[in-house]
Amino acid sequence: MHLAAHFPGVNNTTVWADPRSRSQIDFSSFEQLARTAERGKFDFFFLAEGLRLREHNGRVHDLDVVGRPESLTVLNALAAVTDRLGLAATVNATFNEPYELARRLATLDHLSAGRAAWNVVTSSDAFTGENFRRGGYLDRADRYTRAAEFVATARELWDSWTPDGTSRPFAHEGPQFAISGEFTVPRPPQGHPVVIQAGDSDEGREFAASAADVIFTRHGTLEAGRDFYADVKARLAAYGREPGDLKIMPGVTVVTGDTDAEAQERAAGIRRQQVSPQNAILTAEQIWGTDLSAYDPDGPLPAIDPVPDSEITQGRVRHGDPFAIVARWRAISEAKGLSLRQTVIETTTRQSFIGSPRTVAAELTAFVDERAADGFILVPHLTPSGLDDFVDRVVPLLQESGAFRTEYTGSTLRSHLGLPEPVWKG
Amino acid sequence: MSARTSLHLAAEIGGPPHYDAGHYLRLARLAEDGALDYVTLGDSFARPGLDALAVLARVAPATDRIGLVPTVTTTHTEPFHVSSAVATLDWVSRGRAGWSADVSTTEAEARLFGRRTAAPPAALWQEAGEVADVSGRLWDSWEDDAEIRDTATGRFIDRDKLHYVDFEGATFSVRGPAIVPRPPQGRPVTVIDATTGPAREAAARHADVVHIRATTPEQAAAVRDEVRAKAAAHGRDPGALRVLVALTVDLGDMETAPEPGLESGPRLAGRGTYFRGGPVDLADLIAQWHRAGAADGFHLTPITPERDLERIVNGTVALLQHRSLFRTFHPGGTLREHLGLVRPASRYAAARAVAKEV
Repeated sequence: MHLAAHFPGVNNTTVWADPRSRSQIDFSSFEQLARTAERGKFDFFFLAEGLRLREHNGRVHDLDVVGRPESLTVLNALAAVTDRLGLAATVNATFNEPYELARRLATLDHLSAGRAAWNVVTSSDAFTGENFRRGGYLDRADRYTRAAEFVATARELWDSWTPDGTSRPFAHEGPQFAISGEFTVPRPPQGHPVVIQAGDSDEGREFAASAADVIFTRHGTLEAGRDFYADVKARLAAYGREPGDLKIMPGVTVVTGDTDAEAQERAAGIRRQQVSPQNAILTAEQIWGTDLSAYDPDGPLPAIDPVPDSEITQGRVRHGDPFAIVARWRAISEAKGLSLRQTVIETTTRQSFIGSPRTVAAELTAFVDERAADGFILVPHLTPSGLDDFVDRVVPLLQESGAFRTEYTGSTLRSHLGLPEPVWKG
Repeated sequence: MSARTSLHLAAEIGGPPHYDAGHYLRLARLAEDGALDYVTLGDSFARPGLDALAVLARVAPATDRIGLVPTVTTTHTEPFHVSSAVATLDWVSRGRAGWSADVSTTEAEARLFGRRTAAPPAALWQEAGEVADVSGRLWDSWEDDAEIRDTATGRFIDRDKLHYVDFEGATFSVRGPAIVPRPPQGRPVTVIDATTGPAREAAARHADVVHIRATTPEQAAAVRDEVRAKAAAHGRDPGALRVLVALTVDLGDMETAPEPGLESGPRLAGRGTYFRGGPVDLADLIAQWHRAGAADGFHLTPITPERDLERIVNGTVALLQHRSLFRTFHPGGTLREHLGLVRPASRYAAARAVAKEV
């Protein structure tokens, strides 16, 4: 089993109002969570990226992804205070150039002695593009074309030095990039930093099968996980890859308590904190696509139709048909007698594993044994102490049963993940 | 003139590239032991070496006081990313970040990116100035107290304290606000090497610290006066500018050289005038120039950092300290404090305060 820690920042799974919640920006928070992950022998530490503050109703969103430091710079600093933990940065392939980013990733791999990973994401978002030279955006299909060529080009650059340290000129000529010259950094200690792909669309799965070492997915049921796992692993052969060459790691939340009942109670409390009255209205506004500030979160659902193609929320993709979602919410609200806020709590929060440490350890192990996942990216709801319970109470049980390592056996992230060293293609 | 201003000293820790952190960490700690204001780490897309900002981020948690100033090029990079990375260096170093803004002039560098061809230095420095300008605006775009964590109203931030910068430059535009909250220093320190004419203009407008080249104290004083006058013409307080003379130093193997002194010209890789002599000779030169009011301090580029930085710290700096010309410890915690520069208020907070009064 592989384990990673996601640094949560501020968003709709974070409980920043909790008195134990501390800065999402100060380095001490990153250091504490990373040290906890390393104490738990985790494979890697994962940072998301922010490129534009989200907007809601024409104004800066005041409680969703408000403030984030730049990932690679934080991870280089974390390399100074950790020894083995992998360091994964989310960096957009749309608003960067291969030469510069390949250099920054190779630098992190050198400075961390082989612990760097890159979570490749793409954007089709003109809203975000307003902060960048290119300004506009790529349409959905082009995003993955660019991302795939971006990764391939980065690998050409990493391979442009021979393994024994000789620099050789490179030249890449493709539809997206035509670049040439000499790369300034020797081949990284891992050969190539680990490549992660996030998201589970069909294009995303294909891209992951062709080019990624890890796929960061959503968590679903055991059944859905098995289907996803089988589908993605089956795609690898077409690219001459083995099933073990791509690790499937869903993002999950864990809530523990002394007993299963206590954990359920804590989880319900966390859900109520996550979905504050304000958050309930905001979430509903994202579905309805219109201003609902006049509605009472503890009252019934708004008796109005949603506005299709609304741009009330900027910087976040709107999922699904709003009419279908509203109809489903109405049915749930009526059947269970739930208020607007209770309906949001019921329908939007996905808590993955809830129970005593023993229950959680058994369920996580079952997911891996049943081929629904190779491991998990844990998303704590508290910064920076949100992994303490898991590391102190669940990890020892996973270790006891042999499901998870008791010590790091190698020093690089590739070695933690059991990934092969990439073959040098000079 | 300002012969009594405190002396500022900085050192470059680049040289032949190293690909591990230990080398740079040792040099930064050595400079920190000497109570230097900051270390610089040169960078370019065109020659072997790691990303300088990343190296100094790696050094940050393992040092306490020393200022950290990587070279950051503005030509083929994204201004929004640049401002975020420098702000983040300030966060991870708890207020010790600066950046030395630079340009990429060659066709070879342009080919690494394939987005545009090389441009003349004047145009590139115009753009670099705009990148410095927009970075300052982005750093200001979050007021210091924007994070409120108001549980009663469910708001994490007060969005009235976040501001769009709506910057339109000749080659780029940025809408803002920043994604990184205002860094500890308010604005990290902007350094510009003003050796060339176009760079001097950008320096006078945007830099907190200006590196200049001179072979005599008179020449240094003249360039410093020119930079300060230009800054004043842009409506800036010249007293909020630090002008450091750049010297490439070869402290050789001797305590004192037979003929210590300066040579002009780009003799080696480093920038600035070339000094050859012993640590004592260098201390004498620094003391003499500073006493003459020729400069606020010196940026020293040792030709062999492993050897010469040790001589600078344990020889030259120790002597200056002994003569009470240089401090023996860092009295403050941030690079701005070392340099005697105030922490700037956010321009948007100030504008909002004025608007409120009207």
